[in-house]
Amino acid sequence: MSVVHAPPRAGSVGDVWQRFLRSPAAVAALVTFTAFCLAAIFAPWIAPQNPYDLAQVDIMDSLLPPGSESWTGMPYYLGTDGQGRDMLSAILYGIRISLVVGLSSGVIALAVGTLVGLVAAYRGGWVDTVLMRIVDLQLSFPTILVALILLVILGRGVDKIIFALVVVQWAYFARTVRGVALVEGAREYVDAARGLRLGHMRILLGHILPNCLPTMLVVATMQMAAAISLEATLSFLGLGLPPTRPSLGLLIANGFDYLQSGRYWISVLPGLVLLAIIVSANVLGDRLRDTLNPHL
Amino acid sequence: MTEFIVRRLLQALLVLAVMTVLVFFGVNVVGNPVYIFASSECDQPCINAIVKDLGLDRPIWEQYWVFIGNMLQGDLGNSFTHGVPAMSLIWERLPATLELAFCALVIALVVGLPLGTLAGLRPHHWTSRVIMAFSMIAFSVPVFWIGLIMIIVFSVSLGWMPAVGRGDTVEVFGAELSFLTLDGLHHLAMPATTLSLIMMAMVIRLTRAGMREVLFSDYIKFARANGIRERRVLGVHVMRNILIPIVTVLGMEFGGVIAFAVVVESIFSWPGVGKMLIDAIAVLDRPLIVAYLIFVVIMFVTLNLLVDVLYSLLDPRVRLGGNSG
Repeated sequence: MSVVHAPPRAGSVGDVWQRFLRSPAAVAALVTFTAFCLAAIFAPWIAPQNPYDLAQVDIMDSLLPPGSESWTGMPYYLGTDGQGRDMLSAILYGIRISLVVGLSSGVIALAVGTLVGLVAAYRGGWVDTVLMRIVDLQLSFPTILVALILLVILGRGVDKIIFALVVVQWAYFARTVRGVALVEGAREYVDAARGLRLGHMRILLGHILPNCLPTMLVVATMQMAAAISLEATLSFLGLGLPPTRPSLGLLIANGFDYLQSGRYWISVLPGLVLLAIIVSANVLGDRLRDTLNPHL
Repeated sequence: MTEFIVRRLLQALLVLAVMTVLVFFGVNVVGNPVYIFASSECDQPCINAIVKDLGLDRPIWEQYWVFIGNMLQGDLGNSFTHGVPAMSLIWERLPATLELAFCALVIALVVGLPLGTLAGLRPHHWTSRVIMAFSMIAFSVPVFWIGLIMIIVFSVSLGWMPAVGRGDTVEVFGAELSFLTLDGLHHLAMPATTLSLIMMAMVIRLTRAGMREVLFSDYIKFARANGIRERRVLGVHVMRNILIPIVTVLGMEFGGVIAFAVVVESIFSWPGVGKMLIDAIAVLDRPLIVAYLIFVVIMFVTLNLLVDVLYSLLDPRVRLGGNSG
């Protein structure tokens, strides 16, 4: 089956990697992002305390500035919040929740959007028209408005915010994948596969889909950054996650009340982390687009 | 032409119908509003009375028709917490939000156009790189975070700007406007700047892209060959051509700005409709929530319709070919 492979456009994985490394900003972004992912995975082991275990949190230590110590001598490197939680621990757990929400909504939206995009491109005709009308309609509404309406109706919760994020994001994937799949579907290797009388599913998933992957990767990176940002915004407004699952956005919201009294660290430190995650994901996406050079 | 407008109008009505169904059934099927009214001592007959009073004993379709009928008369129900019609609350709060959004629009254009022009004229100069980096950051950084930093820097640390509320207002044609007073401008500056950043980033990118395209076109070469001064070439000939896409995009984005105003208003305690929504959600004031959502959807659909129709009037290609796919 080696004859039906597309001519490589982006080069081998090694080539892409080499080119990717040529941008110092991209490397820095990759290092930052990986560090945050590791911090999220290992949060329970590296955090000084479990900030949501009441036995470990001492209300007497509330609102301590960064660099203080608890009365038992435990250092609070990043200070404590209004309930006496260690901010470093709260931030580590917050990264975990923010990344989980961003990643899972991104993956689900990617799957849904890819399916719709592939079907629309491959079937064409009225299926394509109807699906793309829905996509156009969806994209004509601002994401924050749609997410706001859904969360007002559904209420707070991890599953609910993931659902809302998927609803506002699938259309981007669908439109992009359809565009690439249309180009790929017209190539000779697809004709060759049809000539071999391969099944529709096999052509779609085994031949067209792999050639859409570079583009999907770029859009997925960007959309994940957007998802994390949107989740933080909604949680900040008190619409996203419940107080029991404090993402970075919720931590920032908690600190907002203390801002006027000059206790900046409760809001600013989680905010800086959020910023670093979003900007590094965007820089990564930008660089991937430049190196993979898909048709965007 | 008429056919295009009629088709577009029908489409807008369909979207409106779908959205009202979604909002109405969403808010009324999920959850039970009775428990907001019922006190803890309320027994079954008392609950039944409330259900009857709210019309909840009737089939859901009938409730929807009543809702639509009232909506067409401009009645979206009474707010639970304020005890007055929800629409009157919205009309009362709307000028503050519109003022914020328009000021953001003006800031975005006044700052974005020159920066974008600069970046388009010298794309490899370091200033252009700084401008483009700024636009990328303004795009990706959450709005609420920027507002927060502004409060920390300008209100808490420097003490230059008020962090919350709206300043003195002047009544103009029945609407309270604050940008005509010094105190009002003082309060308006930070929220409007925060809200303008996304639009500003967009204006910068569109202007830069437009410049790159238009600068190499024949009519600009001819204008220059005619000996027209460079300033006039840029200010009139180039600008006129890149403004069309910018105006279109901003027109379509304006609904998004109103939606994002929810975020900015709750950070700066700006007394607009967005702040009202967040407060209404906090106390579960359902009629007010539904009224706001329906209102924004209507505004948004109308805006999209207007932009499309205007655009088709300006550019015949849209209505002749581009609308099929």
